[in-house]
Order: sequence, then C-alpha cells, then structure tokens
Amino acid sequence: MNVPSGVLALRAKQQEGPLARVRLWDGSTPWLVTRYAEQRALLADPRVSADISRPGYPSSAPVNGSSTVSFILMDDPEHARLRRMVTAPFAIKRVEALRPAVQKIVDELIDDMLAGPKPVDLVEAFALPVPSLVICELLGVPYSDHDFFQDNSKTIIKRDASPEQRMAALGHLAGYLDNLLDEKLASPGDDMLSRLTERIKTGELSRREAAQMGVLLLIAGHETTANMIALGTLALLENPDQLALLRDTDDEKLVVSAVEELLRYLHITHNGRRRVALEDIEIAGQLIRAGEGLIMANDIGNRDPDAFPDPDRLDIRRDARHHVAFGFGVHQCLGQPLARLELQIVYSTLYRRIPTLRLATDLEQIPFKHDGSVYGVYELPVTWWLFPRTADRQRPRQPRGSHESDHRPGQVRRFRTVRGRRRGRVRSARRGRHRRAAQPRPAGGAGRRRPARGGGLPGAGHPHRGVTSGPIQS
Amino acid sequence: MKVTVDEDKCCGAGQCVLIAPEVFDQREDDGIVIILDAEPPEQLRVPVREAAGVCPAAAIVLSEIA
Repeated sequence: MNVPSGVLALRAKQQEGPLARVRLWDGSTPWLVTRYAEQRALLADPRVSADISRPGYPSSAPVNGSSTVSFILMDDPEHARLRRMVTAPFAIKRVEALRPAVQKIVDELIDDMLAGPKPVDLVEAFALPVPSLVICELLGVPYSDHDFFQDNSKTIIKRDASPEQRMAALGHLAGYLDNLLDEKLASPGDDMLSRLTERIKTGELSRREAAQMGVLLLIAGHETTANMIALGTLALLENPDQLALLRDTDDEKLVVSAVEELLRYLHITHNGRRRVALEDIEIAGQLIRAGEGLIMANDIGNRDPDAFPDPDRLDIRRDARHHVAFGFGVHQCLGQPLARLELQIVYSTLYRRIPTLRLATDLEQIPFKHDGSVYGVYELPVTWWLFPRTADRQRPRQPRGSHESDHRPGQVRRFRTVRGRRRGRVRSARRGRHRRAAQPRPAGGAGRRRPARGGGLPGAGHPHRGVTSGPIQS
Repeated sequence: MKVTVDEDKCCGAGQCVLIAPEVFDQREDDGIVIILDAEPPEQLRVPVREAAGVCPAAAIVLSEIA
C-alpha cells in the first residue's frame, strides 16, 4: 500500500517516545501522542476536554463560532445529554435489525454495477451509495432527496471548498432537515428523525439541536464508511491471500475479525483525535500542563507494535478488536455498530458476487486522499470478467435473516454461496468470456436496474481538518 | 466473578453487547448498558474481561467474589 511520507515521519516519532511536541499552523505546539497505551489512557481521562472553544485546543484551522459545533466537541454532562438522545437507534440489536435492508441495498448496487459498463469507479458506483442509502434510510430521508444530500455533504467535507461554500452547504442540509422535522412532527414514522421529534415535543431537545444532530449523523454516515469500503477493497486486492481467505470462508467470525483488522490497518481517520488538558497530567514520565493541546495520532496508535505484533501486516485472522479506529473514551464513535454492519455485509458480499474483481488501472494511478479529512481514495477504477449468473437470478432473493431468528448480534450470517457453487461460477465465468466474444452481453439484471444515483467522488477534506473528523466520533 | 456497571459513565457504544451478549444488553430508550447476568459462569470470564477492557468509558467493573 501507498504509505505517505507524513505517516512515516509519525512512525519515526512513535519510536522515539510516546509524546512529542509538534507545531501547528497557528504556531502553537501541542503534544502529539503517538503510542496506543497513552492514547487510550488520555482519551479516557476526565481531565481531558474535547471542547473546541477552550484555549489551547489544537484546532486544525481557525475556529469560527458556527453552527457546526455539536456534541462531538462538547464535554459531559452536556455531551452525554445530547448523545443519549441518539444512542438508542445505534444499539446493537436495533442495528442488527437493519441487516436485511442493508443487504438488499448492497445486493442491488452490485446488480447495477454488473449490469452497467466496465470499468467502473467503485467509489461512485458502490462505496459512497451504500452508506448514503443506509443513513438516509435510518434518518427517514426520502430517496428522491438523496442526490441533494450527497452533493451537499460532499461540499462540506471538500478541502478546497471556501468557508462560504461550506456554510452554504451546511445551511442547505440544516434547512432541509428542519423541513423534514416538520413533516415528521406531523406524521411520524419509524425512523430516527421521528424519534427526535418526540424529544422536541417533550422539551428535552430544542428544535435547533435536533436539526444539528440530523446533519451530524447524516455527514458522519457518508464518507467514513465509503472510504473503508473503497480503501478496504484496494487493500484486499493488494493482499490477494487475505482476499481469498475472506471470499472463500464460511466462518462468519472471520468476516467479523476481517472488519476489525481493516479498521485497524486502514485507519481512515488520519487526523487523529484532538483534546486539551484541563489539569496538569503526568503520563509516561512527562508532565502535560493544564491548557496544553493533545493530538492522539490514532492511526499510528493502531500500528503500535506493543499493541499489535507485526503491525504493518494485514492479517484478517488477527484479534484486532481493541483498535482505536473509532477513538476511545466517551466520545467513541456512536455509529460504530452501523459501520460494522455495513462493512461486514459489504466485505462478505462484494468479492463473492464479483470474484474476479480487479483494479482497472495501476496502483500508481490511484489518487489517494492524503489531503482529505478522512483518508481513502478519490477513485477506484475496477473491472471484472463477466460471468453468467442465470442460476442465481432465477432464484428468488431471500431476505437475509428471515430464516435465522436465532442469530446473535455481532455475528455475520452464513453466506448463500457454497464452495462448489463458487467454483462452478468461476468456471462458467471463463466459458462466458468466450461466448461473449460472439454475442452481445445478456441483459441479465437489467430489469432490476434502478435510477442512476447521485454520483461523484467525495471531496478532499476541508481546512477544518480534525474538526470535521469529528463526525466519526461523537 | 461479579460484574457491575456505572450507568452514568456508559456512552452506549455497545461493544460489551457484541462481545458478551449473555451478560450485557442495552436499554431500549437510550442504549445504556444493562446487566443480564451479574455473576456470569466460568466460561464467560474471557469475553466479559474483554468487554470490560474495550469499554471506552470504563463503565464496567469486575470483581472477584470472595
């Protein structure tokens, strides 16, 4: 994989010691916390604040007192009050109930890709639409407004967007969600916005807070998971032994551990978690003074050899669950159960449905988001050998979970394919290639094709680096 | 082994429910931790310890029964 020079420099600092002074854009010199143990200890320490308005907070760009500040940048008890309003929909069992719906979204997007032209940009055709459709479903955003949402949330996370453009996009989203809140107040459904309207009615939540939460959850659900899907696919294509293990397994636990390992290994939230010390703190023989900033470089924390032996090796059989990709402490990612669910379904479906998936360009040509607020790839052109799937297409699609009521949360259901059928599919794929030379591609799946979705690649992160990495944690 | 939780600390990340669903669950209305089995059997010690170890809010406290 492509290792940015900045990362190598951070790794060198990690070898020197657990804390190092760094200089930021404004001349301030906060602590960079490089090692896993110290990162966890400090993120869980109540003497450490996430409040961006405190002097000494190591912000990545000038802070304006805008409406973007949400509970991710607050301390308890206010943080806890607001977070608890939106925790229930992300509870493990509630998220697990979404599994059939998410599987359907993934299956249909793959149907569309298989029916469309090749090569295709996996980011635009698959990686971004999956989390977009899932979060819109969760919030109760009508599908017809999906393009609008995707366009605006892309602008907010785009690095080269002007502050005016960013504010305008945020305003569009906040305004839209405010209107949608009105609709949900009048006729509530079974979605998160409707549940927020109940809190408005009881006076627990102001209308403004509810709309802000909607925007936060919407943005948080987009680019992070999209980057995990695209970058994860690239990492697996570059590690074919690991890809084969994942594709060919019938062990649902291996899919679960593959997701954890890819979260650790890729660590897309490469701006780290930022905090400021409220009191003097002594750690690792070093005194951190009250008011000094802290940047937890969780990406290299996840490559700390003391926590993860042979850390630069992608090993999906490794026990990596203790990674800090979702952060640590009370701000740890609220949406992590949903992210896990989406990634488990994607990783266990995409490579099985398209076993011949491969890059359509050289690795050197892939544009990486070194400058993004969330790491990933801007594009991932992929292609595959076409193979007939008539047997599968004639078989009615069975909703996942409909026959497995004893399923435990956190586990991945068994896959519908068995080894024999997969091998058969590859063989027939090869036959299909010869046949295709003589006749047009069968229109299999075209009837299932859905309207083109809002496409485009997510933008490069915006100047508020570290501030917008906020949606990932809460 | 005795398991106690501090509901005020819990941030509802749900990792304990993933790791030890026999011992932990979440409240319906706010996702905060519930203990299903405060004195889990021997064979659940390992997952319960792991759940306590990864709890981001240090809300799970384990103690040995004398």
